[in-house]
Amino acid sequence: MDRINEGHTLKRYDGELDHLHFLVLEAGGLVVHQVSEALTAFKNRDPVLAQQVVAMDSEIDRLEVQTDDEIAKIIAKRWPLSADLRLVIAVSKSVSDLERIGDEAVRIAGMVVQLFGTESSEPNSQMLRDINRIGNMALTGLRGAVEIFDIWDEAKAKRVIEIHREMEEEFQADLRRLLTYVLEDYRNIGFAISVILVIKALERIGHHARNLAEHVIFQVHGEDIRSRQPSQDGYQPKS
Amino acid sequence: MTSNLYSDYELEISHSNEEETGKVIRESTRFRKRFASTRDKVAIDDDKTVGAWSALSPRITCRSVDVRYGEKQAITKINLDIGRNEVISLIGPSGCGKSTFLRCLNRMNDTIPGCRVRGEIKLDDEDIYDGKLDVVPLRAKVGMVFQKPNPFPKSIFENVAYGPRIHGLASSKGEMAEIVESSLRRAGLWDEVKDYLGHPGTGLSGGQQQRLCIARTIAVNPEVILMDEPCSALDPIATSKIEQLIDELREQYTIVIVTHSMQQAARVSQRTAYFHLGKLIEVGDTADVFTKPLHRLTDDYISGRFG
Repeated sequence: MDRINEGHTLKRYDGELDHLHFLVLEAGGLVVHQVSEALTAFKNRDPVLAQQVVAMDSEIDRLEVQTDDEIAKIIAKRWPLSADLRLVIAVSKSVSDLERIGDEAVRIAGMVVQLFGTESSEPNSQMLRDINRIGNMALTGLRGAVEIFDIWDEAKAKRVIEIHREMEEEFQADLRRLLTYVLEDYRNIGFAISVILVIKALERIGHHARNLAEHVIFQVHGEDIRSRQPSQDGYQPKS
Repeated sequence: MTSNLYSDYELEISHSNEEETGKVIRESTRFRKRFASTRDKVAIDDDKTVGAWSALSPRITCRSVDVRYGEKQAITKINLDIGRNEVISLIGPSGCGKSTFLRCLNRMNDTIPGCRVRGEIKLDDEDIYDGKLDVVPLRAKVGMVFQKPNPFPKSIFENVAYGPRIHGLASSKGEMAEIVESSLRRAGLWDEVKDYLGHPGTGLSGGQQQRLCIARTIAVNPEVILMDEPCSALDPIATSKIEQLIDELREQYTIVIVTHSMQQAARVSQRTAYFHLGKLIEVGDTADVFTKPLHRLTDDYISGRFG
């Protein structure tokens, strides 16, 4: 009774699933890089780097298209079942989350170009500190999410979800703080709006990272945790 | 405190260089990990069947069913309930005992010399292995369709009329014609053969012959229909027609189907039972068995990892 089958009898099927997994990890690596560069560009007020971040997006879009194509082929040819089916579903959802994270990184980079592309404005450094803090949280969550997609670790996936919960609190606190800057001096308002847009983009990145973790749990556990205790774990339906 | 929590985490998972992430990841043995992590969750118990083998209002109940062919133990301690108006598919590799089990349900094994059936099988609370029970009405109640269509070498009409006649179900010619027509209609064959009822049944195509056999089975008002790989000799079009027929018949009958096509099991059945080396390994809702099986042997079999 104790057979150990590491792979499919049909070896090529293993190769195809393996390839699918690589594509997501490749997209994941790229997106982590993209977000981290966008944050660096913000920190260093570097519009040139920001332009490079924008350019990276086409590569991620290409990977998404390629992954979708591979998924359609695998479903048509192999009729995946059980863990294989869950892997294909998880990959399909994850790659679209990654693509959206890429879009958010582009949004941040666009804001860098807009804010620091001209010498006219002198930004409020206190506000920038908020961006660094929430930016680090988003990046940590995202790195964790990509990592667990490699090692399929359920405990770590739950940790990523935990980070997201903290980040949501941080996001709310940042919004309140930004409001006080605006109340102090209404001329801050233009800059505050830009900062809010960046923080919102980072919050979305955190949210997509959380989705990635949920897809991993789904693959490992065979269960969609999104519907479980929506208020308690802070899940909000996608708008 | 909060910052501690995730700076720890960062240490655990950080990469020194993002650009390297892709390469580092490629070199690891993720598949081993993936399956190891999935499999930690699956229950493995050799003696007990996992999943819901019992049903709320069962039509057939099987308890500790053992079958031996002479010295050879074919199936061991099968416990399974088969519900009303459900299609249950029995899957598993060749020689796993699924056909043997199917043939127990209408005592078809009686005809095999040296075959001994132990345990208890009840149809509507009546023990079908009771010594006093007559197998002829039992086989009318529990009809069977085989892998190879086997019409009698008679006319289409006679093929369907044979059963009702020997069971005395029709008192006049008109009544018989009615039974034949309604059976052929329910088997989805009427429109194709109504003008050729006198032609030999063996002249039909394979798919039509199989539907004729189904019409012959349902002509005697069975309660249960057993199907032993009914589509394995048919083309995809004939297969779809039979599958559609199974779905329609489900409303009136209990259907047990043995199939080697996992896709067919997934398409037609509400419950699936997986057999392995004479044991019933797992029973569950078909959708659950094919998306998150509980037992590793089931998982391996349905996802194509054959040892």
